[in-house]
Amino acid sequence: MNPYLVPGLIVVILVTVGIGVYGLRFARTTSDFLVASRSVSPAWNAAAISGEYLSAASFLGVAGLILRYGVDVLWYPVGFAAGYLALLLFVAAPLRRSGAFTLPDFCQVRLGSPTLRRLASIFVVFIGCLYLVPQLQGAGLTFTTVAGGSYAWGALLVGVVVTANVALGGMRAITFVQAFQYWLKLTALAVPVIFLALQWQSDGRPLVTPEAGATFPVATSVVIEQDATVGGVPVEKGQQLSFDAGDPVPAVSTVDARFGVDWLLPGGDGSLFATYSLILATFLGTMGLPHVLVRFYTNPDGASARRTTLVVLGLVGAFYLLPTLYGVLGRIYTPQLLMTGRTDAVVLLLPEAALGGGHLGRLLGALVTAGALAAFLSTSSGLLTSVAGVVFTDVLRAGRSGSIRDFRLATVLAASVPVLLSLYVSNMDVSRVVGLAFAVAASSFCPLLVLGIWWRRLTDVGAIAGVLAGGGASMAAVLITVLGPPLDGWLADAIGQPAAWTVPLAFLVMIAGSLLTSRRVPRDIGATMLRLHAPESLRV
Amino acid sequence: MTAEDPSAAPRRTRVVLGEVAARRRPADRARSDLAEQTPVGEALVKGLMRAQLALALRLALVVVIALGALPLLFAVAPGVAGVKVFGVYLPWLLLGVLSFPFLISVGWAYVRWAERNEQDFIALIRRPEQ
Repeated sequence: MNPYLVPGLIVVILVTVGIGVYGLRFARTTSDFLVASRSVSPAWNAAAISGEYLSAASFLGVAGLILRYGVDVLWYPVGFAAGYLALLLFVAAPLRRSGAFTLPDFCQVRLGSPTLRRLASIFVVFIGCLYLVPQLQGAGLTFTTVAGGSYAWGALLVGVVVTANVALGGMRAITFVQAFQYWLKLTALAVPVIFLALQWQSDGRPLVTPEAGATFPVATSVVIEQDATVGGVPVEKGQQLSFDAGDPVPAVSTVDARFGVDWLLPGGDGSLFATYSLILATFLGTMGLPHVLVRFYTNPDGASARRTTLVVLGLVGAFYLLPTLYGVLGRIYTPQLLMTGRTDAVVLLLPEAALGGGHLGRLLGALVTAGALAAFLSTSSGLLTSVAGVVFTDVLRAGRSGSIRDFRLATVLAASVPVLLSLYVSNMDVSRVVGLAFAVAASSFCPLLVLGIWWRRLTDVGAIAGVLAGGGASMAAVLITVLGPPLDGWLADAIGQPAAWTVPLAFLVMIAGSLLTSRRVPRDIGATMLRLHAPESLRV
Repeated sequence: MTAEDPSAAPRRTRVVLGEVAARRRPADRARSDLAEQTPVGEALVKGLMRAQLALALRLALVVVIALGALPLLFAVAPGVAGVKVFGVYLPWLLLGVLSFPFLISVGWAYVRWAERNEQDFIALIRRPEQ
């Protein structure tokens, strides 16, 4: 095992806890815990939002998908970044000006409906869990891949560190932790990629997709993960195949990947419907992710919320330039991952595979693993804070102002379900589930926010109907995808990438429902709109 | 004060109170229009909302046309996807590299223009005559 690995991981965990404890000195009131007393500067806040946002799916999953499917899946990083533009254009400043603490709070401010508030709480918890479980699983899988440790311990370790950090420091501490983790993640991908590019140069710039198909760069032995046929010959699970340097990489029948030159060009097996559905889900889903939204309440005013979002767009965009390079170089240096199907591990394995097992390769390998750990820690912390915030205000609160002890109880409650789930459900596909979380968010909170902010005639009944129709349909699609049997044909696209029909459905039902119940438009709508849109300096 | 005596009262009120009122009242009226949600105040807020929404929709349309057309373009004209620029296939360059600065520049333009809309709105409230 890589000797730098354990010290590297311990440093990340210690620094995370250390910054959390340091932040604890500032966390005095409940408001400090929930929204950092709204006094975080745009630069800190933007780094924190980015650190929170770049999850296992971004750090590991995007490179893995590119290694596997090529140019078609570049829509994932583009969409993950473009989501912030949609958020900036339609939501950022008015949301901050609404003065709400959490998403359910926004429902209360805008429509004053306790039923809608409860419904929103359910969706926050559902999306939070949907997003949290794969983070913990990713942690477990990384421990298995890199350290040879057990899956359960990896998931449990990250779960406990995150719960302790959120419960002790709350969001004030988390802001600093998240900001640190953004820069750690960027460094962990950017520094190795410089050495990888130099290595690729000194290797004589090998082609990414040679005409004759991919070849092994060095002698490699591959352990097959499932019964399959390799080049027409049946192989069994656990069978070890050996290849010499320069041997072509054979296609494995059970692994869904693009082995040939077509990897370079768009228009693979994904249909146009699936592509557009993915674009819609990622563009509109970001604004509906509860752990992203809760961060906007920490800006001092609407204008700074806007500037923060712009900085986030820059930070996230800079980060997403990197996973593509890992996916492309993985094609050259780690083609065996295409045979095992464990393409998510490409970021973790590439430094050592390309640079050899010397000190440099191992150091950089430890660095990317530390970055992956930061990805799990920061995203899970943010998710847990927002889910705990909702549990705290909407479940435990019961009409009284809660104490910090209640918030800690809420954190432990909110963490226990996903941690337990992640221990029992270990075979869910990480990046796919994250994509589904985006689809649910895009079909429930996105219409609620956009119409709530820009359309005076939205009513509580319309909003509830829209969230139930769009969010409910996408939730059902998620449950079918995760738990149900594999589907074929157009049904597979419609259920596997539901956003293209659930988002318009949510908007339509919400608008129709509001028009039918136009007498229920809140009487103070004028004052609410003034509050959402007028600059703070005009407040009277 | 009521206007019952036409000979003495008008002179006093016209000179002193009239000037103070002209300097102060319109801004106050616009502010209280906002605060009290009079039809004027509501129209002011609606105007701001319309300006901001139009700006957001226009920029969103730019992104939808520029990025959203790409999958269709690659599907309809596969030849475009095969074009190489600096040794890199066009789709990789467009999606993997250029899309991010594009998104950032659209966001930058939005922040600039949205803040200008707000400045205009503040100016309108503070000095409605101009």
